[in-house]
Amino acid sequence: MMAYIQTDTTSVPDARGYYGEFGGRFVPETLIPALDELTAAYHEAMNDPAFQQRLADLQATYTGRPTPITYAKRLSEHLGGAQIYLKREDLAHTGAHKINNALGQALLAQRMGKQRVVAETGAGQHGVASATASALLGLDCHVYMGTVDIARQQPNVFRMKLLGAEVIPVESGSKTLKDAINEAIRDWVTNVRETFYLLGSALGPHPYPMMVRDFQSVIGVEARRQIVELAGRLPDACIACVGGGSNAIGLFHAFRDDERVDLIGVEAGGHGIDGGEHAARFADPDIGRPGVLHGTRSFVMQDTDGQIVNTHSVSAGLDYASVGPEHAYLRAQERAYYTYATDEEALAAFQTLCRLEGIIPALESSHAVAEVIKRAPHMPKDSIILVNLSGRGDKDLDTVMRELKLNG
Amino acid sequence: MVEVKQLTGVETIATLFARAREQNRAAFLPYFPIGYPTYETSLDAIQAMAEAGVDGFEIGVPFSDPLADGPTIQAATQIALENGVTVRKCLDAIQTLRGRGVTQPMLLMSYLNPLLAYGVDRFVLDAKAVGADGLIVPDLPPEEAALVADACAREGLALVFFLAPTSSDERITLVNRYATGFIYVVSLTGVTGARTELPPDLREFITRVRAKADKPLVLGFGISTPEQASSMNGLVDGFIVGSALVKAGREGVDAVRELAARLRRALD
Repeated sequence: MMAYIQTDTTSVPDARGYYGEFGGRFVPETLIPALDELTAAYHEAMNDPAFQQRLADLQATYTGRPTPITYAKRLSEHLGGAQIYLKREDLAHTGAHKINNALGQALLAQRMGKQRVVAETGAGQHGVASATASALLGLDCHVYMGTVDIARQQPNVFRMKLLGAEVIPVESGSKTLKDAINEAIRDWVTNVRETFYLLGSALGPHPYPMMVRDFQSVIGVEARRQIVELAGRLPDACIACVGGGSNAIGLFHAFRDDERVDLIGVEAGGHGIDGGEHAARFADPDIGRPGVLHGTRSFVMQDTDGQIVNTHSVSAGLDYASVGPEHAYLRAQERAYYTYATDEEALAAFQTLCRLEGIIPALESSHAVAEVIKRAPHMPKDSIILVNLSGRGDKDLDTVMRELKLNG
Repeated sequence: MVEVKQLTGVETIATLFARAREQNRAAFLPYFPIGYPTYETSLDAIQAMAEAGVDGFEIGVPFSDPLADGPTIQAATQIALENGVTVRKCLDAIQTLRGRGVTQPMLLMSYLNPLLAYGVDRFVLDAKAVGADGLIVPDLPPEEAALVADACAREGLALVFFLAPTSSDERITLVNRYATGFIYVVSLTGVTGARTELPPDLREFITRVRAKADKPLVLGFGISTPEQASSMNGLVDGFIVGSALVKAGREGVDAVRELAARLRRALD
């Protein structure tokens, strides 16, 4: 029988955690042994059929996998071009793809005998997923969250508390995801022996980008099978939003060798590229350059002196100064293409999907939908776009109400 | 004008430990960030410590995301950035301090990204030119060090690596092979910051490191009081105090000078 999660299906990363010139492990010495231990435990777990079965069972009976794909008939007709299919990660338990990785890592924490789990969160979706998986498995969960994000994602803060997690406000720096990761790493350095760091995106030091990709690869594996069943063939393009990039890499992974399938990542264009108020790491060569942040070498938004700059996005989950190293690699290889959607475009896409399909998407996922809206009209009617609807928008209602009022 | 140095950075640092060893004491290497509480005050504070007879310096280059640092140094380096301190200004600071007669070895402590942005080769050349003796990069483990290590080796600058209580015997051997100047031994699992007590198993940990490493060992993280300083004699070759001095820096140069002098006297 095939393992639930396939590992080692590609040449990257290498043994040192490199994707071409990106990736690696740039962390204090204290954490290196912990990362070695984690890497060994991860490989061992993935080679254990009992572990794979446990994850597969939970994904089926708890998360509700496989999530369906939905043919977006009215949206396709409205745009008048490509046929659009939505991979419905918004229907996964907790309302986003984050649970795929949180369950996998929480099971691994349990297997490693680590009772204490720390996590960071931006939009709160990974925090909720970590709190959920911890409640399910009886682990103690501590979630770091910037105070700016706490203010704009109140419902998720309350959810985490209901689920028994401690939410620790982060006041340092820009008070968003970047700073929450700093604090989570500082906690891990301090309590490394008994603590598991449940990192939420495909970034950070090796083995995290690989491990998170593998746990999220279920998105693409399912979607690839489903689109062939439903539409009779592979899509022409796969589109996903990219913050750290875990939902995108999870979708892209299964299509990597399908050379005719375009892989398109959508970053947060914020208020537009010109003013620098965005989180489009690949779109602004003045400030988005290769560098090292949070233990990995990738594209990093920084000033000329190498200081990390503040980012902006209407969606907390995309509001991050770096991007997973495998995305930098796929871009360098020209296997994937990266573009951006502004706050305004994402908000418009959010409303369009609500009205035409009866689906309230997360603001993060709305960036991917915005790219669909731009692209689909220029594609032939028999072409197919598969878009990852990575999460549901309930958490964003306050933000959207506020933004729409502002913009009349 | 910068004097032409006869010794390489690595050699200069070696003489520091030799002298302390002759005096049967540990060497004291304070950390202080450039730009805190102001650029001028940070230079005055370093000069005052030099006059108080410290053995060498860790000169902090501020970074926006210092993930190995606790709240005290985080806040101080944030203020330094707000004061407009850049990598270049940190190099200028060393040149100025050499001009003011500070002769002790100085190592620049910087996270990796500012060095990458400046250009590693250019940074190492410029660091040598202004009279720095070495480099400490807390987020650069030996496995990733090639780029920086080659440049430092060419210019004779020391490149310090870290050991932590979590390091295995194999890693002690590895770090000992890569480190030049000294090995920075982190006293505890955690971030920088003053602690009332050092970990109870510290002596055991140092003994374990000594068994595999022949480079000088400099202990850091958590050391703040003269009592803790005097307990370093016979235990390690040197020690670093950072957060306590930064806190003193809030009160001004005199407070820094006084604390540095007390820490130094505790070794005699």
